[in-house]
Amino acid sequence: MFKDLGESLIDSVVRVGAIGRFLIRLTVQVPRALLRFDLIVAQIYNAGALSLVIIMLSGLFVGMVVGLQGFELLQRFGSEDALGTAAAIGLVKELGPVITALLFAGRAGTALASEIGLMRATDQLSAMEMMAVDPVRHVVVPRFLGGVVAMPLLAAIFSVIGIYGAQVIGVQIMGVDSGSFWSQMRASVALEDVTEGIVKSCVFGVACSLVAVYEGYNAIPTAEGVGRATTRTVVTSAVFTLFLDYLITASFL
Amino acid sequence: MNNSRALSFGTGLFMLLGFAALLFLTTQTTSHGISLFRKAHYDVTAKFDNIGDLKVGSPVSMAGVEIGRVVKIGFDTRDYKAVVTMSIDSTYNQLPTDSDASINTQGLLGGKFISLTAGGAETYLKNNDQIDFTQSALVLENLIGQFLANMGKSGSDKPDAAAPSEKTK
Repeated sequence: MFKDLGESLIDSVVRVGAIGRFLIRLTVQVPRALLRFDLIVAQIYNAGALSLVIIMLSGLFVGMVVGLQGFELLQRFGSEDALGTAAAIGLVKELGPVITALLFAGRAGTALASEIGLMRATDQLSAMEMMAVDPVRHVVVPRFLGGVVAMPLLAAIFSVIGIYGAQVIGVQIMGVDSGSFWSQMRASVALEDVTEGIVKSCVFGVACSLVAVYEGYNAIPTAEGVGRATTRTVVTSAVFTLFLDYLITASFL
Repeated sequence: MNNSRALSFGTGLFMLLGFAALLFLTTQTTSHGISLFRKAHYDVTAKFDNIGDLKVGSPVSMAGVEIGRVVKIGFDTRDYKAVVTMSIDSTYNQLPTDSDASINTQGLLGGKFISLTAGGAETYLKNNDQIDFTQSALVLENLIGQFLANMGKSGSDKPDAAAPSEKTK
């Protein structure tokens, strides 16, 4: 049993190393992939524009819950006016980037992994190699870059919709003064808070897209293998996201 | 060709939306912003000895009704007072010139706001007028300090005055 545990530990270290090496392999190809800009645009559309509905809906509901819970909590201290600050800081720094990354892994990451995995399973990637077309440059890197560009934008949209949701609950339903809501928010949210959120969403974008294309590219070329690659994409992305979230938060304090 | 145009359009729309969201976050949720959509209004200034933690954007109210906002907080270097500029909604253009402005607190820990009390003058405040009668924010520390000082004084001056209160304990 301990042997199994040790082996699985070594396995996960090997996986982290392999993902890191894959990142280097991708980065080397980035300048050449930028020449085929239309491929990247198509992938930004796939990863970003198509995730917009789920991101906006989730953002609205998360914001409304933050508004409701925040109001309920702050009311006990008689300082409902701080609701704007609480909601904005919570959404911009934490909830926006993290929940967007988790949703992104579920919506766009799985699509990437299964698409590339299926290309692998149906020998399309091997066929490209036969024609001296580098599949990493033409298939993997554009998808990776599309995800990297889309993720921070999605996180920003999530935060804005979330703040709107908190505003709807706090100001329009619970009756917090709208001036206090916005002015206290403006007075206490610093530009560094927004920067922290943007840095987080960029890092999560790289991590989630990288995991997705890695899992897809290295999928076992069977139906089951593609399925497993998809599952592992979500699990690994979620763990990476939460781990990196802790690291970035700690380094910004 | 048409298909790829539609694709680019969708992507462009998504990216513009994303950057608009980023712009909103950096300008509207932080103090680096510019406020949009302002109604017709006129500005009135008032000088306070101490404004506490009054902020730009705090409400200005009269009889509990919000009639404007604080738009600027400055400092007068000659008489060392805070100069607060309030923007009052033009619908409320009949405020007497001898009105009185005081800084109050919303709730126990809430933000500060300016409360105006109407005076009896026949002339009304106009744009860029100044309110002369002001009452500063209550600073909790000063209040406690004063209270403690008074306690100490009354304790040393009249020892028998403090004694009954001890008896009642």
